[in-house]
Order: sequence, then structure tokens, then C-alpha cells
Amino acid sequence: MRDMMTRIASYAYAGLIYGFIFLPVAVLVLFSFQDGRLPVPPFNGFSLQWYEAVFADRKLMAALGNSFIVAIVSSLIACLLGFLAAYALARYKLPGSALQRGLLIAPMTVSYLIIALGLLTVLNTFGIRLSLWTVGIGHVVINLPLCFAIIYSSMGDHHINIERAARDLSASDIKVMVLVTAPMLMPSILAAFFLSVTFSWDEFIIAFLLSRFDVTLPVEIWSLLRSGLNPKTNAIGSLVFLVSVAVLAVLELTLFGRTKKS
Amino acid sequence: MSTITLEDTERRKAWGFVAPALLWTIAFFVLPFLFMAAMSLWSRESGQIVRAWNLDNYIAFFAKDSLFKGLMNSLEITLIVTVLSVLLAYPLAWIIAERVPKRFQRLALIMAVLPFWTSYVVRSYSWLLVLSKNGVINQTLMTLGVVAEPLEIASNRTATVIGFVHFFVMLLTLTIYANLIQLSPNYRRAAADLGANGLQTFWHVILPLTLPGIMTGAFLTFVLCIGDYVTPQILGGNNELVLPQIVMLQLGRRADFPMAAALSIILMLAVTAAYVLCARWLKIERA
Repeated sequence: MRDMMTRIASYAYAGLIYGFIFLPVAVLVLFSFQDGRLPVPPFNGFSLQWYEAVFADRKLMAALGNSFIVAIVSSLIACLLGFLAAYALARYKLPGSALQRGLLIAPMTVSYLIIALGLLTVLNTFGIRLSLWTVGIGHVVINLPLCFAIIYSSMGDHHINIERAARDLSASDIKVMVLVTAPMLMPSILAAFFLSVTFSWDEFIIAFLLSRFDVTLPVEIWSLLRSGLNPKTNAIGSLVFLVSVAVLAVLELTLFGRTKKS
Repeated sequence: MSTITLEDTERRKAWGFVAPALLWTIAFFVLPFLFMAAMSLWSRESGQIVRAWNLDNYIAFFAKDSLFKGLMNSLEITLIVTVLSVLLAYPLAWIIAERVPKRFQRLALIMAVLPFWTSYVVRSYSWLLVLSKNGVINQTLMTLGVVAEPLEIASNRTATVIGFVHFFVMLLTLTIYANLIQLSPNYRRAAADLGANGLQTFWHVILPLTLPGIMTGAFLTFVLCIGDYVTPQILGGNNELVLPQIVMLQLGRRADFPMAAALSIILMLAVTAAYVLCARWLKIERA
């Protein structure tokens, strides 16, 4: 009997918290279909007009493209640099390697706002113009620690012998890295890459402070917010959410599902 | 001799591999940070940045109520958010780990963090839809006749806290669950054998064992919460500014970079203080 009570209480509590977690998202998606100008109750009826408005909005579409490019390019750079550094620190004995690891991880412990402000003061002082490039530089700074940490932690010693075998068969260092080490670490490299893409894609404060004319999607959405509650904001927000969930579902079913079994 | 030269070329190669990442971090993180720290000791007079070294910005921070209040607001909100999020997330993580059948646990966990993937800016905006004067909660309450006038729940500290707690409950559920699932059931069996009831087992065995996980999550919450500009800016209603909002004000209207730099350094010191306080529980796992 008591067990029954605690079980019911548990499920009730879980239901409550799940409700709290999903309430804003449900409201966001529901009122993106609002047939009317205010995304609040009452729900007037189903309409796709706000999605049409989103796709017709040149600035939003340009920002979407910019976000995509910045996310992909900055994540590629972060993964490449992270992989090389992880390889060097895991496979060679270098002086001060603990210090080097600490230095590479350090940006993780600092607020994005401070990283952005530091870069902004330098760029301002040297008169470097803000652009998508400066945003990308900032995003590599925040994603490099992540990529390095993920790839470094998966570089177990059990891979060393396979690399040694390749070297004995007279493969060059670059060949070992590209043909042996990287394929063995592919799951964690991909995980680092996709995580870094989502972080860059969604990042606001660095993109806001380090861009000027060409902006990324979160910055463009930010300027939409000035018009107050608007179903168009709901529509673009819902779109971003659905795309992220779709990507996540694909990753879960292919990449992570496979590594778990192997 | 030959082994030494071999080692030398090997070492040179290794430096070549690690150098790009180190240089990037130094050029775009360490040096800008040092530059900003130096700038916090300069000042801005009649539109120009004057490179005279002094502590004026820091003195002004403690002297001016409007600036110092920002730090206090930040600390209060962050502490409330951290405590509330842990208290709400722990039971959920426990229920997922203990009550939900094994094969549904991964699904339950994914569902618990799904709204993570709404865009960061949009997430705060969504709470505006729920909390504003004509929002979902007020309209529901008024239709049900619970209240006659709409409640003032948007554009104040409560709204900021709700927006933050929403985000961090998801994060903490994940970290605490990861911690709970690692515990061997033997601990509980041993406690039961020694005559402990459910509550005693939890209080004396489970809770202390999961404390490192809680503290790691709480520290993460603290760092992300105190440095956030978006949530208080959208939900806070501009009455009580937090430190990041004040930093952004210096950049925008006044273009007072030295002051913004000084405030950022203070923000960082607050995070460092929190780290020192939690350090004994924080276990950074090594490979």
C-alpha cells in the first residue's frame, strides 16, 4: 500500500516537472500556427501564414545561411585543432603537458560574455572590422576546449599498438593519423563536431558583440523580439527546434546507437 | 646519440601538432583577456580612452550603488536559481533512475532535456508567452475565475528565475541521473541489512554519494547563470539589472570599455570565488 502511494507520488511529481519543462515549448509551437496577430490565447484557428512570412523574410533567411556557415566552418577548425593537440598530448611526452592541457581547457571556465568582450576590445583597438569571420574566431575559442577534451579523453592507450603496427609497416606520421587514428576515434570526433555545431548555431552573445552587418540567426531573432510578442518569432523558433530535434534523432538512431552496441 | 636526435625530431613533430591549438587559445583568448584586464585600469574621459593606470573603475564600482547592486542582484538570483534547480531536478533524476523501467530510461531522459534544443533566445521568449499579462497563465486563471486582474508575473525577478530554473532543471537532471545510475545497488542493500529505512538510506548513504555530482552540476549552473545576459534582459523587465546587463549598458550607450572590462573582471572573480568554495567536491574526471 505504501509502495503504491510512493509510486503514484513519484509519477505525479515527474508529470508535473515534465509539464513545466514542456509548457513553454508547447505554447511556442502551438501559437506559431495562430491565425491572428497575437501568439497568446485564445487560439483562433490553424494557419501557416507565419511560416510563409518566415520563408519570405530575406534577412531571416540570410541569417540562417550565415549561422550554418559559421557553425560548420568554426566546428571544422575546432575539431581539427583539437584533434591535433589531443594526438600530440596523448602520444608524445611534452614538457609542461599538464599546463598545456589546462590552457586548452581554460576558455570553458570563463563566461562567453567575457570572452566576447576581450576579443572586442582587441579588435576595436587594432581597428579590425567586425564580420562573420570575427564571430567564427570567437566560436572556435569556445568550441576548441570542448573538441579537445572529448577527443583527448577517448584516445586510450589501447590504440597505441595499432598505430605502432602501422608505423612498423612504414606509414608516415600523417598517414597514421589520417588512416589509423582518426578512423578509430571517429565516433568521438563526430560527437565533438556535432556538439560544437549546435553550440555555435545557438550562441548569442559572442555573435551579437562580434558581428555588424551580416548576423547569425540568434542575433536576427533578437532583433525580431523588439516587436514584442509576434507569431513570426514563434514560427522561426519552432522551425529551429524541429530541425534540431530531427538532427538529434538521426544522430541517436545512427551514430550513438551504433557505438553503444559495439 | 642517434636516439637523442630521434627524440628531438619526435618532440619537434609533437610541438608542431599541438602548436596551432595553443596559438589559437593564446592569441584569441589569453592575450585578449590580459588586454581587457589592463584596460580595466584605464579610464574614459570625454569620449577618449585614457591610458592612465588607476583603480578608478573598481572604486566607482564599490562607490556607486547602481553598479554594486548589479553584483548583488546577480548573486541573489544565481543562488536562488541554483538551489531551486537542484531541489527540483534531484527527485526527477531519482525517479528516472529508480522508478522508470530500464528500457524506457534513455527515452525518459531524452524527453527531460528535449526543450534544450529550442534556440537559446527563443526559450526565454517562450516564457514571455506563458507569463505575460495576456499570456497563457493569466488568461487561464482569469477564465477559471481564480483571479480578476492579471497577475504581474512577467518582467520581474520571478520571471527571470522561472526562465533560468527551466533551463537548469534539464541540465541538472542529466548530471544527477548520470551520478545516480553509477551507484551500485549493494549500498542500498547493505544499508537495509543494517536496519536503515528508506529515508535513512537516502540521507546517510545515497545523498552523500551523489554529492560530487550535485556540486558539479550546481557549479555549472552558477557559472552559466551568473554570466547570462539574455534571460534577465528578456524576462527581467529592466527594473533590477544584473551584472551582465550593466556590462552591456557600458558598451552600448556609453561606449565605456574600461568600465565594462572592470565589471567583467569582477564577474570573473565571483565565479572564481564560487569555484574555490565548491572545489573540494568538484572532481574533474581524467581520461
